[in-house]
Amino acid sequence: MSMNRQGRVSRPEGETAANTETFTGNRALMLEEPLIFEIGDEHTTGVDLPSLAPPRNGEGDHAKHGGGVASEASPSVPRPLHHAPDGARSPSPFRGGAGLERVRPIGLPGLSEPEAIRHYTRLSRQNYAIDLGLFPLGSCTMKHNPRLNEKVARLPGFADIHPLAPQETVQGAYALIHLVADWLCKLTGMPAVAMSPKAGAHGELCGLLAIRSALEARGDARSVVLVPESAHGTNPATAAFAGYAVENIPATPEGRVDFEALKRRLGPDVAAVMITNPNTCGLFERDMKRIADAVHAAGAFVYCDGANFNAIVGRVRPGDLGVDAMHINLHKTFSTPHGGGGPGSGPVVFSAALAPFAPLPFVEKQGDHYHLVEEETAEEHHAHSFGRMVAFHGQMGMFTRAAAYMLSHGADGLRQVSEDAVLNANYILRSLDDLLDAPFGDSGPCMHEALFSDEGMAEGFTTLDIAKGLIDEGYHPMTMYFPLVVHGAMLVEPTETESKGNLDQFIGALRSVAARAKNGDPALKAAPHFAPRRRLDETLAARKPVLVWKDPEVAQAAE
Amino acid sequence: MRYLPLTPADRSAMLQAVGAKSIDDLFVDVPQEARLSDPIAGLPNHASELSVERQLAALARQNTVAGEVPFFLGCGAYRHHVPATVDHIIQRGEFLTAYTPYQPEIAQGTLQMLFEFQTQVARLLGCDVANASMYDGSTACWEAITMARRITRRAKALISAGLHPHYVSVAKTMARFTGDELHTALPKLEANTDIGTLIGQIDGDTSCVVVQYPDILGRVADLSELAARAHEKGALLVAVVTEPVALGLLKSPGEMGADIVVGEGQSIGVGLQFGGPYVGLFACKEKFVRQMPGRLCGETVDAEGKRGFVLTLSTREQHIRREKATSNICTNSGLCALAFSIHMTLLGEKGLRGLAELNHAGAVAAAERLAKVPGVELVNTSFFNEFTLKLSKEARPLVRRLADRGILAGVSLGRLYPGVDALEHGLVVAVTETTTPEDVEALASALQEDLA
Repeated sequence: MSMNRQGRVSRPEGETAANTETFTGNRALMLEEPLIFEIGDEHTTGVDLPSLAPPRNGEGDHAKHGGGVASEASPSVPRPLHHAPDGARSPSPFRGGAGLERVRPIGLPGLSEPEAIRHYTRLSRQNYAIDLGLFPLGSCTMKHNPRLNEKVARLPGFADIHPLAPQETVQGAYALIHLVADWLCKLTGMPAVAMSPKAGAHGELCGLLAIRSALEARGDARSVVLVPESAHGTNPATAAFAGYAVENIPATPEGRVDFEALKRRLGPDVAAVMITNPNTCGLFERDMKRIADAVHAAGAFVYCDGANFNAIVGRVRPGDLGVDAMHINLHKTFSTPHGGGGPGSGPVVFSAALAPFAPLPFVEKQGDHYHLVEEETAEEHHAHSFGRMVAFHGQMGMFTRAAAYMLSHGADGLRQVSEDAVLNANYILRSLDDLLDAPFGDSGPCMHEALFSDEGMAEGFTTLDIAKGLIDEGYHPMTMYFPLVVHGAMLVEPTETESKGNLDQFIGALRSVAARAKNGDPALKAAPHFAPRRRLDETLAARKPVLVWKDPEVAQAAE
Repeated sequence: MRYLPLTPADRSAMLQAVGAKSIDDLFVDVPQEARLSDPIAGLPNHASELSVERQLAALARQNTVAGEVPFFLGCGAYRHHVPATVDHIIQRGEFLTAYTPYQPEIAQGTLQMLFEFQTQVARLLGCDVANASMYDGSTACWEAITMARRITRRAKALISAGLHPHYVSVAKTMARFTGDELHTALPKLEANTDIGTLIGQIDGDTSCVVVQYPDILGRVADLSELAARAHEKGALLVAVVTEPVALGLLKSPGEMGADIVVGEGQSIGVGLQFGGPYVGLFACKEKFVRQMPGRLCGETVDAEGKRGFVLTLSTREQHIRREKATSNICTNSGLCALAFSIHMTLLGEKGLRGLAELNHAGAVAAAERLAKVPGVELVNTSFFNEFTLKLSKEARPLVRRLADRGILAGVSLGRLYPGVDALEHGLVVAVTETTTPEDVEALASALQEDLA
């Protein structure tokens, strides 16, 4: 019903045929798609449910036993399965609680299977994705997602097992978790890992809670966490959540943590320093070991944000740099899919000092046997654990995918991963730094991502315009306006899974768009021109939030 | 290596282009002593697709697959049939390999799906608004408690004894650091829930009452009075739903007055997956929307006036507010939300109600059958698709013995509440549309033999 069925007169400005309106609003393969609430209804369903089995012979009357156990195999007599629209009673005796049976409709539209497939397939085509092209979001590591990962995760022995199944029946699942844990420990040079955190930010929380527990255990809770200005927003948010005051550490002109300033701030009130390494300017923190030594000397801990681990995996072990805790985004370095915004997975590796405080549960190997250390057995095995962060054991479906990726690459392949990721980023940096301002370009090579600023754009032209121009060129834009330490930041992370040919074409596109921004091409201000939507009004969305669909007639009546 | 497109010739040409003699020149900022000269020891080298698949399939084969045996486990994770369409769609690269929709012009697919998901969730839970998902039910539950604290400016939460013990455990862990005061209790192996007790405990310092519906023992209780009494004292009612299929047959918590309703969406579309990834549902009354955690998708228009969707109200979130954010959550559970939404769209109202009826009818029949076994007593007077049995023997070792015979009999309360004598005879049994009459018979005979 939202579709334009009236047709519209072409605009009078004499635009070209390319802008001719269509009857449907579609543009050939660019297909508009209404909401399910506009095309579905409450009487349509895309599933054929098995019938309620008839009562077995001699087991009482139909009215009482009409609700048998479902069985597709049983040659059941067709009987009414569903509530009639008027809310008539189900054929089974209702034992869900007196007066608690749903009487009012929920308002959930259904679609038949072909309609549903078409709806979601059409929606999918309005998305950009790694599978379509280079996705250079800095700090997000949008690398190729191997399909072997998907296949393995769907093996029934991994996908169709219950988290509370008796431990003897899921030894292979514990073995898989243990395998991934072992790889993560070896790759980071750290003695312990907590597998349960659900995502990177959840991992940060895990790390900080372990730090706070360790400090409290020695009767020295402390109150401040130091975070560099260039940190991800999750760092200060997590520190605040864990009960700490957050203080910023300045950066040097070359884009690294100001070691002297950090050292001066260290003191008996500082619990931890959160450092991203490589940092969000794409640079390796050269002073990491010195920082760690100074932090430890002051009685505090080093938390490392491992979002950028892809730059060093297989070549550098954070454990060798004095890190006490680091989360690893399996959806970044280890190629599990981002899925349009999760699910992620954020295991946290720990130093020996923090390992005793790691959360429950975790898998322990004893001989050939694996067992789960939970609340029950924590007393004897893990008395200092800060407790449970999540129901069950973490993102198993991501562990299976990461395991497939790790085993595929092996130790040698992962080393090549970081090499190629860094090479690709430097190639981008040096292919663009004559045209775009690279604020830390003189600091030396970058790691896995190249950082540019908006300096030198024509009056009124910004990073946003460059980003939207890239959309028209068929690319997902780079990360914009982050890190905050650079004006109009553009953070480009190509990853190792791009060919040189792809990089060359992207570089050409970005050069072209940047040149248009420098020359003040007005068409760029209105980009994107060729995407499913033009620039969207985010202010309107926030000022008058419409977060759920309402029937237009109902919505109007309510106003 | 099959995932790396650069050829040796490319690498040489690119090194030359960036002015480096070797790859080591690009790692010059890493202190020499931290640079490894060889692949990390103790790990194997790269392997073919065939070999990796064999290794991992061998591990998978060591597990007892739920679908291959009589299977009755629930307690926060339920085995339902997921239509083939769901898994096909979520594997489309445009959904699978997309990022968080920060560039809305080229992410309308994900955004529109999230808008639809939010609407489905809000309606199902009986609330005005829902967010774009949380990690899972347990973290959503904790976030609801902190949200209630922000709204009421009180820090005392009354936690029902019927809340999933893992959820309680998560909240206790977090509360230890945030200073929230949690009042918890152990469930009793009886038909009545603790709603009456909770009502008596609400006072002027209470921020919220947290109650699971149906609860960990499968019991279903009317929340209306609890909501009303909480509101009288200026407290909020937080309801937790771990089996959303139940809401096809039961009144929603929102209808009964809950202010915040959270849940575990795994039942719809996601599958068991050994506990994760799952999808946290989070819904509330409209007036609280600015205190919500997590991502929200909202409707707007583009420069040509066409309807479109964007992430919105992000001034609540960490990437804008940093240490002042409502939560540190960043990633949601996008692909699981998609699976939920597709499955829900395939079901529709009619399908969901039918599915709920099937589940309930199956559970009723199973409860009646199992209660006939000598030594088995049905604890519940109300339930949806999960109920608790009181056995004449300790349940946990019995579950292990039955597992040895190829029957996954349910979740023993001894597993969930180790060391609590009063609960050790409890067995929670879940029955869904995937349970066959033969499964129930197999469980009944095994129980009969074991308990004899």
